[in-house]
Amino acid sequence: MSSTTNPSTQHTSTIGAIGAPSRRNTELALLVFAVVIPVFAYANVGLALDDQVPAGLLSYGIGLGLMAGVGHLAVRKFAPYADPLLLPIATLLNGIGLVAIWRLDQSERLQASRTFVEAAPRQLMYSALGVALFVAVLFFLKDHRVLQRYTYISMAGALVLLLLPLVPGLGHNVFGARIWIKIPGLGTLQPGEFAKIVLAVFFAGYLMVKRDALALASRRFMGLYLPRGRDLGPIIVVWIISILILVFETDLGTSLLFFGMFVIMLYVATERTSWIVFGLLMSAAGAVGVASFEPHIQTRVQAWLDPMREFELSRAGVQDGIVHSEQAMQALWAFGSGGTLGTGWGQGNSDLIGFAANSDFILATFGEEIGLAGVMALILLYALIVERGVRTALAARDPFGKLLAIGLSGAFALQVFVVAGGVMGLIPLTGMTMPFLAYGGSSVIANWALIGILLRISDTARRPAPAPAANPDAEMTQVVRP
Amino acid sequence: MNKPLRRVAIFCGLLMLALLVRNNWIQYAQADKLRTDENNRRVAIERYSSPRGDIIVDGEPITGHKATKGDFAYKRTYKDGAMWAPVTGYVSQAFGANQLESIEDGILTGNDDRLFFRNTLDMLTGKNKEGGNVVTTLNGAAQKAAYEGLKKQGGKGSVVALEPSTGKILALASFPSYDPSTIAGNSLDTDTKNWQKLQKKNNPDDPMLNRALREVYPPGSTFKVVTAAAALEHGLVDDADQKTETPLPWIMTGTRTELKNDGNLPCKDATLREALRVSCNTVFGKAGADLGNDKMLETARKFGFTEEQFTPVRSSASVFSDNMEPSQVALSSIGQFNTAATPLQMAMVSAAVANNGTLMKPYMVDELQSPGLDTIEKTDPEELSEPMSAKNAQILQSMMETVVNDGTGRNAQIPGVTVGGKTGTAQHGENNSKNPYAWFISYAKSDDGSSPVAVAVVIEDEDAVRGDISGGGLAAPIAKSVMEAVIKSKQ
Repeated sequence: MSSTTNPSTQHTSTIGAIGAPSRRNTELALLVFAVVIPVFAYANVGLALDDQVPAGLLSYGIGLGLMAGVGHLAVRKFAPYADPLLLPIATLLNGIGLVAIWRLDQSERLQASRTFVEAAPRQLMYSALGVALFVAVLFFLKDHRVLQRYTYISMAGALVLLLLPLVPGLGHNVFGARIWIKIPGLGTLQPGEFAKIVLAVFFAGYLMVKRDALALASRRFMGLYLPRGRDLGPIIVVWIISILILVFETDLGTSLLFFGMFVIMLYVATERTSWIVFGLLMSAAGAVGVASFEPHIQTRVQAWLDPMREFELSRAGVQDGIVHSEQAMQALWAFGSGGTLGTGWGQGNSDLIGFAANSDFILATFGEEIGLAGVMALILLYALIVERGVRTALAARDPFGKLLAIGLSGAFALQVFVVAGGVMGLIPLTGMTMPFLAYGGSSVIANWALIGILLRISDTARRPAPAPAANPDAEMTQVVRP
Repeated sequence: MNKPLRRVAIFCGLLMLALLVRNNWIQYAQADKLRTDENNRRVAIERYSSPRGDIIVDGEPITGHKATKGDFAYKRTYKDGAMWAPVTGYVSQAFGANQLESIEDGILTGNDDRLFFRNTLDMLTGKNKEGGNVVTTLNGAAQKAAYEGLKKQGGKGSVVALEPSTGKILALASFPSYDPSTIAGNSLDTDTKNWQKLQKKNNPDDPMLNRALREVYPPGSTFKVVTAAAALEHGLVDDADQKTETPLPWIMTGTRTELKNDGNLPCKDATLREALRVSCNTVFGKAGADLGNDKMLETARKFGFTEEQFTPVRSSASVFSDNMEPSQVALSSIGQFNTAATPLQMAMVSAAVANNGTLMKPYMVDELQSPGLDTIEKTDPEELSEPMSAKNAQILQSMMETVVNDGTGRNAQIPGVTVGGKTGTAQHGENNSKNPYAWFISYAKSDDGSSPVAVAVVIEDEDAVRGDISGGGLAAPIAKSVMEAVIKSKQ
């Protein structure tokens, strides 16, 4: 080996020094598909509904293309080694969600509703805001470890966000779930979506510090390592918080999401299976306990067990103090009527679901119009986001990054499961939205931020280590050479 | 930390797998069930999305369609809806469909699999989907005669006419009836109001009941035709004019109760012909008791009792009981006790006699047509059973003709046409307190010995004096006009 020939390959002992490919061009190519596919879908809807290419096609295409382009340039500039799949998948989901929302805007049935507003233009604005936040995250957050400093501020922030909907005058109750706040002049906001990210930061910071104490100080009992009483403290606090959310905001989904995310992160931090057992027992006990006296939750469970009965009660106009909804059954009919290949864009009747057809229930529209094949593809896209998130956690070099990445992607997976499972009747329905697909500003903006943070961690993880300073040993070797 | 990370990855994978499995379950395994669920509004949207095919009588549609606003593009219209309701049933945007409209929904909407190829072609050539037609066997003139007759007479009642040689249903009337147009899809409010008015709980007349197929009445003396057939078939009597051994008064076997005749009739040892002419309870009661439950049931079954008929609209099963005491068999054999029959059933009895002992399966759909009027399916006449030999059938015919020429059925005589019939007056209610049912079953014969039509008429709950009610007085004139209508339309 000659030291004078090629300085860049000189120190082969350093991992990554070969120069990992940045994969930015792959991302760009994928982004082209992520923009073109929704544009075609958009044209399809227009052709199906009015026999003509919709007038807004060009501006929609340009808008989506701009968002993708800006996102891509930001990644190229601020996180060049980041994962190449996350941005295209998020763009695709966001774009295709916009198409579905626009399609439901054209529905005469929904337009006849008293509360109808055109949702697509707003969603486009929210998406642009989301991408702006995404760029801001990449720009301001040069290193995710900075977030570690804000562990306890995050905790306070998350608590405030979660409690906001309970503040009188600010909280906003929609069909039994008190998870919105109303900002005069701006509209409504679902702080839970943002709390998800902030809580993940807090958990990651807290667990990184306490993981040894939680993992090692334990007693062995019946083959399980039982944690000490004092170490049980945090998990109980989080449990109580989620129960409180469940009781006061009657939001089963968010409660499950936070608790599940905490258990996952705790398990990863401590590597102790006993935490999972505790977590499952406690969440089961909490859910059953609350459900036994909370009529709102009971209705949801009943609608899940027997959606047909709930449909009939709703049709019969039974007044027994509980809001009976036919939506669960309507969603199932939408899925069933779609069948394997679906009716085609714009040709379904998923608007029969009525209220929240374009938010909580948007997956049913996909189910009916692009069928089993389309929905499976969507689920796989979500699975891919989760998989890239977990891979980022595996590749991350610092425990905080690992915990944060797994927390965010775990929460993402749980949310997808809870929402899609609820709409498809696998589990009781909860008031949450499909990330990126569903109409809802908070959801879109928060999830773009989430993708931004994952990209930052993945950039840090995949970035080749900086070339070390000239090795004094090497210099010395050179000296003795003739 | 990587080991738990991998496990979490597997957990997340399992969550996604669960979603995929569930998705396949509802969109593949359960898809057809969900898609075709009657409560799924898409079914109705699809049903009314294109002009519905027509139900045809005598080459003319008795239905139509009209464009409407809203979810449903078209609604059904009916011509003479009340008269034809027992045939068509209804198809309503708000309340679904029944009877023929429901059974042949696939053809009428054009969704039937047999139209698939055609629909695909239409889709490719850009033509709109259309429904096919259902061609019925009914005879417009006979139906009109039946319905007008019932309407004029005023009480609840029903008429069924069959073509004995094929089993074609020529008339199927029920009164009071309803016009299905009133609930087809005017506006949800109007339709709901009309629908409520037609329900049995709000309307004691129960106009939506298809009496011709779905109501069973005690057949009274008309059932004596079945008993006579059983007596002949099982060799109890060999000839119409052979004296029977029937004491008068006759005490029912195993009891001390006398079976009475309706008045002072010459029933002692009467021949079957004489017994049928004046309608002797003693002769047929004793014949039934002598034959026994099993033989009576066997013959009744061959005539179609105890079975539902699918015309294709389902009819209720007529009743002849099993495991009865001899006295109960005696009562059953004169159409009392548990014996009960639909008007269709009694028309089948008359038709089997007229068709020389062969019972044809009754049907009302002659042909299913594609929107282009090609035949998709044609119903062929089908033999249901042979309740009696041709010889015994002819003996029975001569007996029934005596009833019309010279007995209780004189009101059904048609000049120049051979008519056979049997009257019936069935008592019902506790201690026979309610007004009886007036029955008349008959057939007409043309010169070549074949029979173009067999009819059963029943009239219930007439608020007249009891003595006035007899099959001969009320029901026979209606049967006569229906037979005349059929004969006239054949000329």
